[in-house]
Amino acid sequence: MQFICLIYSNPAIEPAHGTPEFNTMMQGYNAFTKHVRDTDKFVVGDQLHGAETATTVCVRDGKTETMDGPFMETKEVLGGYYLLECADLDDAIRTAAMIPTAKFGRIEVRPIVAMNN
Amino acid sequence: MTILSPSLLSEQIERVVREEWGRILAIMVKTLGDFQLAEDCTQEALISAMSHWQRNGLPRSPAAWLLQVARRKAIDRLRRDRSFKSKKAELSYLYDLENADEESDEKSVIPDERLEMIFICCHSALAEKSRIALTLRSLGGLSTEQIASAFLDTVEAMQRRIIRAKRKISGAGIAYKIPEAEDLPDRISSVLRTLYLIFNEGYSASVGSDLTRVDLSDEAIRLTRIAAKLMPEECEVQGLLALMLLHDSSRTSRVEHDGTLIALEYQNRSQWNNDRIDEGTALLQACLPKGRSGPYQIQAAISGVHAHAADWDSTDWPQIVELYSVLLRFEASSVVRLNQAVAMSMAGKSEHALHVLNGLDDMDGYTTFHLARAEVWIN
Repeated sequence: MQFICLIYSNPAIEPAHGTPEFNTMMQGYNAFTKHVRDTDKFVVGDQLHGAETATTVCVRDGKTETMDGPFMETKEVLGGYYLLECADLDDAIRTAAMIPTAKFGRIEVRPIVAMNN
Repeated sequence: MTILSPSLLSEQIERVVREEWGRILAIMVKTLGDFQLAEDCTQEALISAMSHWQRNGLPRSPAAWLLQVARRKAIDRLRRDRSFKSKKAELSYLYDLENADEESDEKSVIPDERLEMIFICCHSALAEKSRIALTLRSLGGLSTEQIASAFLDTVEAMQRRIIRAKRKISGAGIAYKIPEAEDLPDRISSVLRTLYLIFNEGYSASVGSDLTRVDLSDEAIRLTRIAAKLMPEECEVQGLLALMLLHDSSRTSRVEHDGTLIALEYQNRSQWNNDRIDEGTALLQACLPKGRSGPYQIQAAISGVHAHAADWDSTDWPQIVELYSVLLRFEASSVVRLNQAVAMSMAGKSEHALHVLNGLDDMDGYTTFHLARAEVWIN
């Protein structure tokens, strides 16, 4: 079954671009992506631009309304995701724990609803 | 079939149901792959059993009877419900079982699938209170009403909690299987924690006397016995059972009639339950030499030293100090350090004890901390 791993962290405590810590983190991401590809778990995964680039959209009375910023203002913001094919929740938890951001942020693991078409 | 008085028969049926519920439910969940459907069928089988057995007495193998009826209920439900296309495989499997049953003897061995059930109910992806509720319901066979009253919760709230937990299990991808070796230590520790929380809940609830409430300590011991039987090689599971038994041995002597707690030092040790002490000690003697110790075995060993001491003063305090040092390696908490300081002081090492106590800044808000410090000063 498929699980999405939503990667949340607080930008204030993330390693800053250009520091050795940042490089270590990126190496960690490369290694993780390679690992999930090699084990046939990888479906898709991306990093997102910062929450300051977010636009929230809704339609009310047929009119599209937009709002500057993410839907929820929290310290920890969604920074990226992986969609993975895992055997079960234990497998998904074990894999999510290997995502570098898990060490200082949080990974929300959610199963994907299987549509029987 | 023996003829029993109606009340004795009811009692017997109730006992059988409590004993067999978890086993039948576990098999049904495994066959159907659906927790809710399995529980509904098992529940229906129980209701027919109640009326059937009240009229005709208990069958030779109540478990086999229940299982067969539960399977038939499942076949009925799956056949009726046309949306169960995805359950075709389960349905044909049930037919096979039904045909096989006719040939086999009623006394045929019923497999024990409860270990998978234990791991599901105690999965760390469920909230702690949900784990407890689900374990008591699914494995212990307690009713939602009984669980609610044990936790002084409303029945509706407890019902919602259990339904939510079951939905999470089917939705979140929690597999109905024994965990992989690499996940096993974490998953076992979540099981042990859940069982110990049930035990402690019973321990604190035994103050005050509501006779209608289920005794959660007894229930925890019963469930841990099942877990210990199913995982004979896991030393910490055996250790937890030993800890519960040794702890429980002083149950009647630790509270006054008015519910006040009596400190270990002042308990009447002649009232301690020797059967519990012997059983707990034997378990420890079997698992400790295997050299795979852990926090539950060590805590049990500490309880064991107390259980075998004639009184407070003649307790083997140096041994207890030693055991607390080992425990600190697994659980470096201030409470453990505090207990160790008290033991040090009793062992005649008051200066060591004071040194430890002075390092416990975070305990300033606790009365026991100041009492312990005062006691060490006196010594």
